[in-house]
Amino acid sequence: MLAKLGKTAQPWRDWLVQFGMALLAVALALLVGAVIILLMGESPVAAYRAILYGAFGNINNLSETVVKAAPLVLAGAGLAIAYRANMWNIGAEGQIYVGGMAAICVGLYLGDLPAVIVLPLAALAGFIGGALWAGIAGILKVRLGIDEVINTIMLNYIAALGVNWLIHGPLKDPAAGFPRTAMIPINAQLPILIPRTRLHLGVVMAIVLAVLLQWILWRTSLGYRIRAVGQNKTAARYGGINVGRTMMIAMLISGGMAGLAGMNQTNGLHFRMLQDISGGIGFTAIAVALLAGNQPIATLLSGFILAALDVGANAMQIRAHVPIEVVKIIQGLVILFVVGREYFNRRILARRRSLAERQEHEEKRRAETAGLESAS
Amino acid sequence: MSVVKMTGIVKRFGAVLANDHVDLELEAGEIHALLGENGAGKTTLMNVLSGLYAPDEGEITVNGQRCHIDSPRKALALGIGMVHQHFMLAAPLTVAENIVLGMKTSRSPLLGLADAEARIRQLSEKYHLQVDPKAYIWQLSAGERQRVEILKLLYREANILILDEPTAVLTPGEAGEMYQVLWEMTKQGHTVVLISHKLEEVTAWASRITVLRDGRVVDTVKGNVGRPELARMMVGREVLFQYERTAQTPGEVVLSLQHVSARGAKGTLAVQDVSLDVRRGEIVGIAGVAGNGQSELTDAIAGLLHVESGRITLAGRDITNSTPDSITRQGLGYVPEDRQETGLLLEMSVAENLILKEHDRAPFARRSTLNAPAIRENAEQLVQAYGIRVPAITAPVDYLSGGNQQKVVLAREFGLEPQLMVAAQPTRGLDVGATESVRKLLLEGRQSQRSQMAILLISTELEEILGLSDRILVMFGGRIVYEVDAARADPEAIGLAMAGEDVIC
Repeated sequence: MLAKLGKTAQPWRDWLVQFGMALLAVALALLVGAVIILLMGESPVAAYRAILYGAFGNINNLSETVVKAAPLVLAGAGLAIAYRANMWNIGAEGQIYVGGMAAICVGLYLGDLPAVIVLPLAALAGFIGGALWAGIAGILKVRLGIDEVINTIMLNYIAALGVNWLIHGPLKDPAAGFPRTAMIPINAQLPILIPRTRLHLGVVMAIVLAVLLQWILWRTSLGYRIRAVGQNKTAARYGGINVGRTMMIAMLISGGMAGLAGMNQTNGLHFRMLQDISGGIGFTAIAVALLAGNQPIATLLSGFILAALDVGANAMQIRAHVPIEVVKIIQGLVILFVVGREYFNRRILARRRSLAERQEHEEKRRAETAGLESAS
Repeated sequence: MSVVKMTGIVKRFGAVLANDHVDLELEAGEIHALLGENGAGKTTLMNVLSGLYAPDEGEITVNGQRCHIDSPRKALALGIGMVHQHFMLAAPLTVAENIVLGMKTSRSPLLGLADAEARIRQLSEKYHLQVDPKAYIWQLSAGERQRVEILKLLYREANILILDEPTAVLTPGEAGEMYQVLWEMTKQGHTVVLISHKLEEVTAWASRITVLRDGRVVDTVKGNVGRPELARMMVGREVLFQYERTAQTPGEVVLSLQHVSARGAKGTLAVQDVSLDVRRGEIVGIAGVAGNGQSELTDAIAGLLHVESGRITLAGRDITNSTPDSITRQGLGYVPEDRQETGLLLEMSVAENLILKEHDRAPFARRSTLNAPAIRENAEQLVQAYGIRVPAITAPVDYLSGGNQQKVVLAREFGLEPQLMVAAQPTRGLDVGATESVRKLLLEGRQSQRSQMAILLISTELEEILGLSDRILVMFGGRIVYEVDAARADPEAIGLAMAGEDVIC
């Protein structure tokens, strides 16, 4: 299955180069991070060992990393689709809140239904909630040409503060002193897969959807259209593609995936809506998508790496006395190096093109000399 | 007397010899043309002279003195300046600011713009290079920008001016004006080097012509040599200026436009009340200076531009303001004017580009799932049939040369086996060999028993129109102003019509 995914479009060698470049970016970021830790007078070896332990040291730590990765993968894979269509959705954070809120509402009001009904309903509500929230920025972009970057950022605030109002006001748990909703019934909670961990069904959902989106992107005509529109709108239109509709679909998919990430947090971990429930997942997801080179399936790995850094950061602080913020710096550096990668990609391209032209020139010349020789 | 003498210039790029022991002599006060196909080494040679490249071998003397020109600055100090094919101007700055860019002024660190503006005015009057020094570059037309580039060199007191493909971006009117200016400059002692592959211009204006082929000088000749002779020197073989056209009676009307009007990007009526028919098995050529509504006309036919009034029918069905996709299904093949911007998805693979118009239908897609084997087969077949040189069908189109990119577009559009082929500037920017194969392809489309397409050819090159068309229309100011059967076509009358003169049909 996996081997067939990318077959039509990109040779494996290119994918491997991309993969190597991404790993290089992570390695460079860790290297620079090590220097920073050294400058702080601490041991980078101890710090990184602590991160490794914190993230993978035992089944509990490992499961926490996987649980942390799930929403990053969901939102990141969705963002990859939007970015492929050249829709710069920076609003996954807000879409997470709206999607999570919608899913919680299903749990609150329909939670007495059997799990096989209420869980798909909650997921659907999460997807639709996130999609609609992204759709606002999408429609403004497609119809009126208003920049989606600004709009998605602004919508983040509206979503987070709107949810805040709901949990302070109409949906506040009457039994609690804090701003939060009541707990959803067990039927609306994503089931735990491994006892005594928090590893829930959302993890499976993330894996399945990342693979599905990869398949859509490279093996369906919709994916073709998304890539074509992102590449060159003029040419896409000339080719008969409905550009606006395609951009909108990409935006809705990415919003929906972010919404599912929200549902993942509310119905999989906290079982209620809380203040700051996302805490920046939507922004880290941008890094996840970029590090994955906008390949949905690669977010499985990039999401896992960034989640491991996050989860391991606590252990680093406790065991190696290196502040958590260093991990944030490393994550920032990863982005910096990923973006820097573009520069190398362009250089490789330029070199290949000049090589192609040179070969052609040579061949032409050889053909001509051959022609002259046979003539004389 | 010679002002510049280049002897035995060798320039290598890796394994490629771009200049192979080239000798060139420039005389004071001449327009000297460097003629040759794309990749013949013209630009490389001039980049050596203007200090951009260091030669691997050979020497250069300027005014009798041996020089080592290792930077454009040094070249300018010797009076040598070059206007590149792609203008090097900063769009948000004014003309005067661009001209003084990088120069020290007497009022340093102040710019002393007022002084500069005064001197620019002087220069532009002296050389008839009208341009407002206070205007911003972004406000200027291509012709005006070219004048700024020339002024930039004159301001730096260059007396040997090198122009690389100066008319590529100009309308014929602007081109004529520019040559007039250059001509007058030579009268005042300047020497002009003209890099070109356009035979007409070179024979019209150059006093001497040096022909380059594959990095070597073929010969230097007087400006009055015949064009066929020059063409033969350029490509090393006889060029077919006459194409084999079978006589055939055109069939039924395939494309019909009735009183079509459409607005262009600027909001003005770019196409005004155009009516025309194209029949099966005929090529209708639309001649005209670029920018007279041709691109808007083809876009309107293809459904890419809103038709304001009038009716377009294709194969009997009304396609006015239909979607591009449904017009393609109705039988349109369209080779757009700008292949990189419109015709191709540069970062996507050759195979994917070849299914652009059909990516959503069988056999390439089944229930919205792409069919990889069919896509690959299609690509392999087209690549072979059209002789497209590709590293692999999975390689991005970006990796291909310009000629091969155009072949990808042509292969795809001809592969649709359309009833109507609209070809806009299909040979622009291609070298002589590639041009010839494209023209043959169009004639085959017209003639082959199987296809017998109706073809609408848009070209700004009159020679192409005359050589290929059965009927010729001339477009000026958004209207069809002239129509004539190719058999009775008079190039002079067509030329007048292109210039907007009233011509009696």
